[in-house]
Amino acid sequence: MDLDPIVVTLIEALIKTIVVIIALLTAFAYLTLVERYVIAKIQSRIGPNRVGAIGGIALLQPIADAIKMIFKEDFWPAQADKIIYTIAPGIAVGTALLAWAVMPLHPSTEIFGYHIDFYIADVNIAVLYLLAIGSLGIYGIVLGGWGSNNKYSMLGALRSTAQMISYEISLGLALVGVLMLSGSLSLVDIVEKQSFIWNVVWQPLGFIIYFIAAVAEVNRLPFDLPEAETELVAGYQTEYSSLKFALFYMAEYINMLTVSAIASTMFLGGYQGPFGILPGVHWLILKIMFFIFVMMWMRGTLPRFRYDQLMGFGWKVLLPLALANIFVTAIVMVIFK
Amino acid sequence: MELIPFYFLAALGVIAALGVVMLRNPVYSALCLAVVFVSLAGLYVLLSAPFLAAAQVMIYAGAILILFVFVIMLLSPGSDPLKEELKWQRPLAVIFGVALVAQLALVIALAVLPPTRGPFTPELIAQIGSTQAVGASLFTDFLLPFEITSLLLLVAIVGVIVLAKKRQ
Repeated sequence: MDLDPIVVTLIEALIKTIVVIIALLTAFAYLTLVERYVIAKIQSRIGPNRVGAIGGIALLQPIADAIKMIFKEDFWPAQADKIIYTIAPGIAVGTALLAWAVMPLHPSTEIFGYHIDFYIADVNIAVLYLLAIGSLGIYGIVLGGWGSNNKYSMLGALRSTAQMISYEISLGLALVGVLMLSGSLSLVDIVEKQSFIWNVVWQPLGFIIYFIAAVAEVNRLPFDLPEAETELVAGYQTEYSSLKFALFYMAEYINMLTVSAIASTMFLGGYQGPFGILPGVHWLILKIMFFIFVMMWMRGTLPRFRYDQLMGFGWKVLLPLALANIFVTAIVMVIFK
Repeated sequence: MELIPFYFLAALGVIAALGVVMLRNPVYSALCLAVVFVSLAGLYVLLSAPFLAAAQVMIYAGAILILFVFVIMLLSPGSDPLKEELKWQRPLAVIFGVALVAQLALVIALAVLPPTRGPFTPELIAQIGSTQAVGASLFTDFLLPFEITSLLLLVAIVGVIVLAKKRQ
């Protein structure tokens, strides 16, 4: 059977997309369980241990949560903007998923005589694409907050806009050091160049700045001001219930996975093992789990920033440090060329 | 084959652009503008300029428009449509619109600007990379305009700080 090569490419991309989306949604479901369990351990509680428990961990808890979520009342606030209120969670999840189109997951291999690349697209602007998609993610939160027609939602949305725009700059600049070393914007090239030594060895400061800014981008503690429970009920998601709330939750967890995957790919060699040992997707998963655990750990132990501290830290500490990092990298590269 | 995404993006862009000017709710207009920016970015990709596409989405849709939405949300928290306050705006807009269409038609009809091929052909860009091509031209051939632009932005930043300080 002979098919048009364009059709073959399209079908291949479609299959890869479906696999990646299913993997991400499953990962999201189980991350909620991991988070509840880790936080429980940090706070000396028992954590979920009833639904389908094996060895004291409730392995079927995510399914029970999903069923409960589906049967909750889908609440519409009076005077809410119906269209925007509905599409906001969709935008949040959509932009969160889109980032994975350029992520290299595994070295290219031959399976049954058929060459398979384990990424959906290898574009020469992959890093810029990630930043662009990341910057669109704000729309979900802003529109959700505005569309709910609620003061707390609105305040949460305004905070998140200011916060994400401020930290996006440091986030992007922290990656510039890696781009200067690799001389490429393609994630596949960047990973291939780290087969022996990871970029974090040359860019420790960039790595730390990236991670801090990334935690702020995904609105996790200590940067969770957009949904600060003690001041804003639940920020932009106050009015959301049922599946729409679940979508916002999904977007938050997929964003955590995305920033962890970017950190792993840019600084820790992605699917490359240390010193070229057994490259494969297992390394990527391990690294992502490490970052996710650190984020949960931070949530369990750190208090929330005050708003002015948050802004001051972003603009007066992270941004100058990121610029200094680029400056020093450039000088060192010129000297040792 | 390339025409299918082109027509799709072009239609999307035109419809969204109409939405920007015709919708009464400023937040809807801003959202339509975001769709225009994204479909324009798609057109850049089709023209083998992926760097421009990414920059378009990142800067216009991700930063500038978000600030517009920020201001709109602060000024009109409800979803009330704006009232028309500038009465003279409508006839003036018609005059300028007609003038613009006439100018465009004249330029196209007389072929004042014939299509020219620059040094960067799609093959060359595929070889050296879109980002590298833009970066190299910005820092060699167009260094002076580039620096003047950054100076302008610096002046704007200083201006904003002066205005903000005055109010305190």
